[in-house]
Amino acid sequence: MSLVEIRGLSYRYPDGREALRGIDLTLNAGEKAALVGSNGAGKSTLLLHLNGVFTAAQGSITIAGLPLDRKNTGRVRALVGLVFQNPDDQLFSPHVDEDVAYGPTYQGLPRDVVAQRVAEALAAVGMGGYEKRSSYHLSGGEKKRIAIATVLSMRPEMLVFDEPTAGLDPRARRELIELLQRLPQTMLIATHDLDLARRLCPRMLILKQGTLSADGPTAQLLDNEPLLYENGLL
Amino acid sequence: MPDHPSGTGHPLQQLDARVKIIFTLAFILALSLSPFGAWAAYFLFLCLVLSAAIAAGTDLRSLLRRSLLGLLFILSALPLLFTAPGIRLPLHLGGWTLWISQPGLIRFASIGAKAWISMLAALLLAESTPVPVLLLAFQRLRTPRVFIAILSLMWRYLSVIRAEALSLMHARTSRSAASPDGARGGGGIAWRARVTGGMAGSLLLRSMERADRVYAAMLSRGYDGQLPDPERKGLSPQDLLVLAGALLLILFFLLFALFTGGLP
Repeated sequence: MSLVEIRGLSYRYPDGREALRGIDLTLNAGEKAALVGSNGAGKSTLLLHLNGVFTAAQGSITIAGLPLDRKNTGRVRALVGLVFQNPDDQLFSPHVDEDVAYGPTYQGLPRDVVAQRVAEALAAVGMGGYEKRSSYHLSGGEKKRIAIATVLSMRPEMLVFDEPTAGLDPRARRELIELLQRLPQTMLIATHDLDLARRLCPRMLILKQGTLSADGPTAQLLDNEPLLYENGLL
Repeated sequence: MPDHPSGTGHPLQQLDARVKIIFTLAFILALSLSPFGAWAAYFLFLCLVLSAAIAAGTDLRSLLRRSLLGLLFILSALPLLFTAPGIRLPLHLGGWTLWISQPGLIRFASIGAKAWISMLAALLLAESTPVPVLLLAFQRLRTPRVFIAILSLMWRYLSVIRAEALSLMHARTSRSAASPDGARGGGGIAWRARVTGGMAGSLLLRSMERADRVYAAMLSRGYDGQLPDPERKGLSPQDLLVLAGALLLILFFLLFALFTGGLP
């Protein structure tokens, strides 16, 4: 069953530059796909469309059968957890547990359910016991895990990552990849880390100047050197 | 403040920025020295700034819209309506009658007009000159270094802070979800206030860290509190002529205002 259906999506920045042009994309439930492309190809812009932070200028997005419009944005945001490149964007409370509780609290869930969601999300990323720590003093890898917990607490169907391994040291990067392998959600991962794509994502999408220039099995695309070179990935 | 002024190549945009700064300051000074109630003179000042704006090829509509900000200053003159001594005029509001002082009304309207026209002049200066050029011109006019440093850092950091705030808000928006069973979302007011407070604190910390890095990068490239000035040169005779003419015109407007204005 398809979880994400994007048809003819186009977007222009307020200053008139074209960021996305006619994107067509279907992602099935449980699929893990890597989204690669050079800087400025439109990866982050596409991700921000998936839960309605940006609204499509043209085209349509359907998530789990819900057309992404003004009425459904709230529901869709709970289904699609967006993990930003800079974990500091998602961590703004004095304590870790308050940041993780933000999503479910905003949803209006009762207090005991929220507490249970927080414990569950922290356990899923292996950060149980960090509830009362200040995220400001955590390491980069720990912040990244907490940032993932802040969206897991909404029990999303899908996780969307923007450059998850950027700025992590080798061990933190390896642990993060292992964590992402364990998580069962559908994933779309925008990254420059082609090794991560090879290890984690059976499917790869290449974005070039706002259009999807390739879509296929990761191993096959990564072996095609001319293709990688042409798309600024080599 | 726009990064890039709209269009280039108009005579007013090529004029030396020092001339524009001196003209704007003299304009605002003369306008504020004009007595209350000099309506004809205010009109002349308004015509002058609007014709300069047209000559510079500015988008008049956006200039006028942003100039409305100047009307905020009028709030500080509001008490004059009731406190100034003199003849009282009745103002009927539904069943109520307010007694308004007539000299107070004239002063109130004059302050409003002056604030608005001054705002137009300042906006025109900012609109027709790129910020770095403007800062360099202030430096050439021997403005104390500290002021230049403060202004240039402020301009640099404004965009930094804006970008940081925007990414924080995107991250919050994307987690502001509705519950599938349709429970009332959004959280309580106190909780939302605490989240906003946390965001403000985090924005402050991040901006300070970013600002430190920007400053370190500037220092490592030899920043010493002064903007590099590639060409030190005086005003050209043509610039001086334009400046002298403009100042003379402003002086004439001021004299006109002094003779025609004043409270009855």
